[in-house]
Amino acid sequence: MAITGDSRSQFHVLAVDDSLIDRKLIERLLKTSSYQVTTVDSGSKALKFLGFQEDEQSNTDTPFGSPNNHQEVEVNLIITDYCMPGMTGYDLLKKVKESSSLRNIPVVIMSSENVPSRITRCLEEGAEEFFLKPVRLSDLNRLKPHMMKTKIKNQKQEDDQEELKISEIQSDEQQQPVQPPSPQPQPESQPQPQPPPPALLLQHNNNKRKAMEEGLSPDRTRPRYNGIPTMV
Amino acid sequence: MDSVVQLQRQLVDYTVQLFNEGFLDDQFNQLQQLQDESNPDFVVEVVTLFFEDSERLLDELAKALEQQSVDYTKIDAHVHQLKGSSSSIGAQRVQKVCIGFRNFCEERNIEGAKNVCIK
Repeated sequence: MAITGDSRSQFHVLAVDDSLIDRKLIERLLKTSSYQVTTVDSGSKALKFLGFQEDEQSNTDTPFGSPNNHQEVEVNLIITDYCMPGMTGYDLLKKVKESSSLRNIPVVIMSSENVPSRITRCLEEGAEEFFLKPVRLSDLNRLKPHMMKTKIKNQKQEDDQEELKISEIQSDEQQQPVQPPSPQPQPESQPQPQPPPPALLLQHNNNKRKAMEEGLSPDRTRPRYNGIPTMV
Repeated sequence: MDSVVQLQRQLVDYTVQLFNEGFLDDQFNQLQQLQDESNPDFVVEVVTLFFEDSERLLDELAKALEQQSVDYTKIDAHVHQLKGSSSSIGAQRVQKVCIGFRNFCEERNIEGAKNVCIK
């Protein structure tokens, strides 16, 4: 499967903390664990960085020194302090979970105070984990599974789109595992005569054509995707 | 060469002493572990930041305690910050003192609080 850009091989964490010392610490911890890090000192700056507006924004001129500036700023995890002036970590958590574009990003809350009701509230609001400060290197090991989940989901979506594009152009060699055995290998190179329309439509055309050729039922799009190995 | 080794040894001894006397705790070890060739000055940087930060906070605290009517919310906020940063770098003694300080504040015990500041 095609991998677009090397942002895929690294996880990008957005760390939010009003304390400079804690920001430095968490940045070092995250970098030591081989994550890309962006730090901000407030919840509102975090939302800005995430492109939080009603529309799906892409922030290409972010002043935060973020290392990768592809079309979209992709953040795989948000780790935030709870006690912050203005917007607390809890407020930030709520805003993220209420946003359709951001709610899939796992959020972790940190706090220096061990208040069970606070912890419960955060977890109920959708936080993946609650770390007590000071955060240690070993705590960060708990982050990876959450980030992997989102990555796999995102990758699958992107792989599906790749899949659509590939099948427009190429033969179905790649799709062998799912194809019911056809009598002869499909010389399926169908150079698309028309200029690339929406991939979905093309896929549909493809199916119809193939279906007619193979004499199979046309609505077989779903099974195509089974058995395609997804990259991890 | 020798003098460097000596200094290093002195540093190690001093650090151990600080641990033994409860000035530092395990979090300081964590900081040291995060330092490596690519970030050789990490500990120095963080500790320096801590000193600067603490100085500022202590100034604010002293000022706040001198006021006619003491603003305990402000004081609490400052101490909370100090407690947080000291625990982040492993300055255990400072952290403990902060906790005591906060108790004084809760009891509105100004004299007690002032004494802590002096310490």
